[in-house]
Amino acid sequence: MTVKIRKIAVNIEETHREIGQEISPATRKAVAVAVIENPFAGRYEADLSVLMDIGAELGEVLGRKCVEALGITPAQAESYGKSAMVGENGELEHAAAILHPKLGAPLRVEVEKGAALVPSSKKMGSPGQVLDVPLGHKGAAYVRSHFDGIEVRLNDAPRANEIMVAVAVTDSGRPLPRVGGLTHAEAIGKDGLR
Amino acid sequence: MPDVVLRKTAFSLEEIMHEGGPIASVPLRRAAGIAIIENPFAGRYEPAIQGFMEDLKPLGLSLATRLVELLGGAGQIEGYGKGAIIGAAGELEHGALWHAPGGYAMRALLNNSNAIVPSTKKVAGVGARLDVPITHINASYVRSHFDSMEVGLNDAPKANEMALVLVMSTGARVHNRAGGLAAQDIVGEDGLR
Repeated sequence: MTVKIRKIAVNIEETHREIGQEISPATRKAVAVAVIENPFAGRYEADLSVLMDIGAELGEVLGRKCVEALGITPAQAESYGKSAMVGENGELEHAAAILHPKLGAPLRVEVEKGAALVPSSKKMGSPGQVLDVPLGHKGAAYVRSHFDGIEVRLNDAPRANEIMVAVAVTDSGRPLPRVGGLTHAEAIGKDGLR
Repeated sequence: MPDVVLRKTAFSLEEIMHEGGPIASVPLRRAAGIAIIENPFAGRYEPAIQGFMEDLKPLGLSLATRLVELLGGAGQIEGYGKGAIIGAAGELEHGALWHAPGGYAMRALLNNSNAIVPSTKKVAGVGARLDVPITHINASYVRSHFDSMEVGLNDAPKANEMALVLVMSTGARVHNRAGGLAAQDIVGEDGLR
């Protein structure tokens, strides 16, 4: 492995009631976050391919952690998302290098397919700051019930020379979806949109 | 006493490989479970509240069981702690109802857990964070195991809710070197040493 991981955290949320309504089965979301050393902290590096390779490694590791935490088969995953927060000695482009070129393909293996773009967010930050990971349906980006997000934060990360990389996976949409649009049942899942 | 009305549960599992020093041969693992329930006493002063401790016992056992599973079995657990955040329409005393059902649930599942379960509690709003203390399960003075875990949810506790928390850990701080009573030196009878 290229990546130097200081810690990994996995959070699972299960919603059993929302505004007095019982949610059965509970909606469930998981987010896995790795705190890694930033190999380019403190300097400008033109070639970011090391970070791209790290993205590929983390797509697999973090995607698998989420699926395991939910106790589901890969096929049962319904939505996903990815985010990164770069500590102060790095640059925003480091987050882009991890997230965009190579992270998606191994993540899609872990959730069995996934035609849709993996929604993402990125920011610079410091220990304790919140990272909001966007969520979208893995097969069809227009499935409106699955537009969501999950917050992740670690009180001790990212330190100045670190990057926090997060992957989120769910087995469900929002607890009480009722704003219409394309539904999970109607999605075809071929073109990534519908 | 009223039913326990559960809105949400969340679990966090952390694996710590290092903190700037040598990489641990076995990563330290910490897990937290948090349950968001309705506070049956929100919005009023209720003199008699102790019955609710009995109602909370199944919830305590359910959270504790899940934490043991997340950390790979009771034999792996060396530290624990508990806490509560009471939404703004409640009072601090409501959080104290968690002491017995939360603590005894963990101790029922863990062998050699003679030490008191350290705890913290506060009244706070939605999004509040709580630093839950952790100490060794069998001897409170084991210095290497003094730790804590921060918990909280962006959407809880609402004013009429309470967040009930249990945490467990699998060992000492990853680079512990502050001396004191070591885990292998404990007697394990009085819960302290």
